[in-house]
Amino acid sequence: MIEVNHISKSFDGKQVLFDINCQFKKGQTNLIIGASGTGKSVLLKCIVGLLQPDEGYVAYDGRDFTNGNRNSRINIRRKIGMLFQGGALFDSKNIEENVMFPLNILTKMPLGEKLDRVNFCLQRVELENVNKKMPSELSGGMRKRVGIARAIANSSQYLFCDEPNSGLDPQTSITIDNLIREITVEYDITTVVVTHDMNSVMEIGDYVAFIHVGKLLWEGSNDQITDSNVKELEDFIFANKLMRKIRKKVS
Amino acid sequence: MESFGTYVKLTVDESIKVGYNSILIFVIVSSFMGAVTTLQTAYNLISPFIPSYVISLVVRDMTILELAPTIMAIVYAGKVGSNIAGELGTMRITEQIDALEVMGINATSYLVLPKIIASLIMYPLLVILAGYLSLLGGYLTAVLTGVMTEYDYIYGIRYDFVEFNVKFALIKAFTFGFLIAAISAYKGFYTKGGALEVGQSSTAAVTNSCIAILVADFLLAKLLL
Repeated sequence: MIEVNHISKSFDGKQVLFDINCQFKKGQTNLIIGASGTGKSVLLKCIVGLLQPDEGYVAYDGRDFTNGNRNSRINIRRKIGMLFQGGALFDSKNIEENVMFPLNILTKMPLGEKLDRVNFCLQRVELENVNKKMPSELSGGMRKRVGIARAIANSSQYLFCDEPNSGLDPQTSITIDNLIREITVEYDITTVVVTHDMNSVMEIGDYVAFIHVGKLLWEGSNDQITDSNVKELEDFIFANKLMRKIRKKVS
Repeated sequence: MESFGTYVKLTVDESIKVGYNSILIFVIVSSFMGAVTTLQTAYNLISPFIPSYVISLVVRDMTILELAPTIMAIVYAGKVGSNIAGELGTMRITEQIDALEVMGINATSYLVLPKIIASLIMYPLLVILAGYLSLLGGYLTAVLTGVMTEYDYIYGIRYDFVEFNVKFALIKAFTFGFLIAAISAYKGFYTKGGALEVGQSSTAAVTNSCIAILVADFLLAKLLL
């Protein structure tokens, strides 16, 4: 479980996050949602340690990550897998080398074992015969899948996904969402997804935290989200014409 | 902590990138540099009172003291410095550096240290190569154009040779190799923004490296000569 305790963050005097508190449980997909520029990615970066919060701390399974010493932070980080918005695959390495990278750096596995693990992870994300291709030869959806394969290669206990559906068509988005959910349940890991895609919320949102202008305004499950009675959340959910039409018909 | 072997492999890879891949440009520039210096020195020393071996003596000292370590450093900054800044800048804006840090890898030492060590090893070797090729270019020009005889050229190269000049050139090479790699890596690593800023980082890396080379060149000459 990941606990976010009283996190605040500002940049150049402008406060971006205000006293955020939430918990992300193991074995479920936890979503951080909100409009663009509300501080979702900043919160995610504070959680994984890419940014240091001004106040508050993040604890991984009870261990303080934010204020921990270098070694304890590294130990926790080595259990983290992260899928970045653009995939963040290493351009100079082929797909096999990209997925093998965490194994090369963080383990002392023999090469044969590493290759087996790479092939297993690539098969798990439904990619085959791409081992020797370069990231630039793959489509956006395939790059994201390779990103997921790399994130789970080292048997991560925590999986973070920053806008996994950005730039993808609806069908590929659903495939990626389902993959994230399956991996979460199958490996019993703690998954945190930052998104503003309502389809993802409805598909995989076991726990949803809604951030608005740097504040946590609502938290609950995707089943409860339409009954939130939070105006900002309703505006966010029903932002597009289709959703407004559906709401009108239902009401 | 990443293993020692990982850093050795990275340093070898970087050495190939910064050293081996720079050989062609160093061969071309240094050979012509020696050739042109010989012709221009000969052009300026036309006098019956000055023996012709002075031409190669001047070419030798210019090559060892300034042309091979300093002028080639400008070329090296343009090729290797811009490459380092561009590579790290692109890695920064495409979140590849963040990906390393999230994995618990010290991105600074993983990405920057091998580049600096590779540059410290390879640039002095390139300077030695450039020095030889410059003198060879001068020799071929002198002989083929007939500005001086083969005997005079070799005599001038050997005449009143000061060994310390070679050491001085190597000290300069180590210093410039470090400055170029460190400045370029810094500019690339701390790039913020997008493609435009990566281009600006590459330009800044070359510009700042050139200024640092010239300042260091002056200080080393003042301190050591």
